[in-house]
Amino acid sequence: MLNPDLVGRTFPGTKSTTITQESIAAFALALGEPNTDVAPPTFAITISLEQSQSVLVDSGLDWSRVVHGDQRFLINKPLKAGAEITCNSTIESARSMGGNEIITVRSDLIESGEVAVSSWSTLVFRA
Amino acid sequence: MSTFVTGTEIPAKTFVINRAALVQYANASGDQNPIHQNEEFAKSVGLENVIAHGMYTMGLVGQYVAEIAGGSFKVQDFSARFTKPVVVPADVDVELVVSAVVGEVTEATAKLEITATCNEVKVLGMTKAVILL
Repeated sequence: MLNPDLVGRTFPGTKSTTITQESIAAFALALGEPNTDVAPPTFAITISLEQSQSVLVDSGLDWSRVVHGDQRFLINKPLKAGAEITCNSTIESARSMGGNEIITVRSDLIESGEVAVSSWSTLVFRA
Repeated sequence: MSTFVTGTEIPAKTFVINRAALVQYANASGDQNPIHQNEEFAKSVGLENVIAHGMYTMGLVGQYVAEIAGGSFKVQDFSARFTKPVVVPADVDVELVVSAVVGEVTEATAKLEITATCNEVKVLGMTKAVILL
């Protein structure tokens, strides 16, 4: 079970990612999206999911039993090639239901000091 | 924009999901979890077969939303619940059918209530988007 003290804690990302046109184009192509001026709405997951998971790595939870339960993106500024992104993750909630541990992590993708995209990932650690 | 009226049903779009598409998405997204590519591995962890990345399914729905909105840059809020895995057997084209109904419309935004099914079974729940007009 997740240490309840971790709920509400924010973990600042340590590395910066520069979004490339190639990465946007490859992602768009995989989804059949012809326009690559901005990244598709779900592109933020390529940055946020790794960060969301890294904040839980030392939590003692069983990663072989995790499934992605819910996902939300709030896009204040669409991501474009050249954007330098850092990502801060906050453990927003953790609850147990039927033996499953349900944890929601919000990752804020920061560009030039502003939140460009917030990504909420709810991960379900199955009993 | 006058085209968005609450209650309007937006025409459905069908996406094809197959093993090659999953490999392409895995490479583009960086999610190389073998349950999305390797049948033997997927079955060893109790799955019926290889399953699509939930985020791939959601991404395809996002493409549908972007098309309705007039571009990805007009998608402001997008959420989904992964209720049922999309099973992708070898050498099969699985059809994902996506449709939407216009929900609340404001001066600046329209909400879309989205349905995504494979073989007439809903694979996503609570799927909503807010698009900028």
